[in-house]
Amino acid sequence: MELNFEHVKGINKGDIKLYALSTCGWCGKTKELLNDLGVEFNYIYVDLLEGDPRQQAIEEVKKFNKNCSFPTIVINNEKAIVGFKENEIKEALS
Amino acid sequence: MYENMPEEKINKTYEKLKKDAQAGGYIINPDIDFTKKLVKGLLVNEDRYGYQACPCRISIGNKQEDLDIICPCDYRDSDLNDYGACYCALYVSQEIAEGKKKVESIPDRRPVEEERKMQKENKIESIGSLKYPIWRCKVCGYLCARDNPPEICPICKAKKDRFERFL
Repeated sequence: MELNFEHVKGINKGDIKLYALSTCGWCGKTKELLNDLGVEFNYIYVDLLEGDPRQQAIEEVKKFNKNCSFPTIVINNEKAIVGFKENEIKEALS
Repeated sequence: MYENMPEEKINKTYEKLKKDAQAGGYIINPDIDFTKKLVKGLLVNEDRYGYQACPCRISIGNKQEDLDIICPCDYRDSDLNDYGACYCALYVSQEIAEGKKKVESIPDRRPVEEERKMQKENKIESIGSLKYPIWRCKVCGYLCARDNPPEICPICKAKKDRFERFL
């Protein structure tokens, strides 16, 4: 089952997925940064999901980040950036 | 997305949190906009789950499993000591409050689920020779020797369920 990500239009820098919590300050800053960078990305607020989709999202995050912490950015289904690492995010997506 | 949380409620909670923090020797993040968003997150979580789970961690909605991440979380003091801020950055050190150091996103020291379960199972056995068991508040470290932990921590006001048997 595909999770229902929100899509943000922008410059294509690969498949960028942001797993975030709607209540989290660092997740907010990360999303703002992606917006500022003008890249195309998909995001999902895992705390707003319930039941199976929530569990699925958690499992997807755990694949890249066993702590299942947020925000987690997954780039091209291979690389993950955990936390609001401003420089690392800029470097990876510039 | 919980946009209807009344501004007044957020402000009131923010003021109370700030006052209580100061009274206990803690400092709330001086970035008011950022902090109020976290306060809103705490209130949203209280509505959702019935307790103020950390706004920057995923809650499973089961209080017993989430006790360690109810704000102030069990990890606040160690994170303040090591990084100058707690995980969500609601609480900061003097250095950060004064603008001498920038607050940053830090790694989560909360053990993964499997480790948490193991820790619970491996709780220290009590030392039989003590006249009273020693209880430790996991939020602030307060210790007391009595048959049961107090209803509310006299130091940080955390509830009874945040105490662990220490000895």
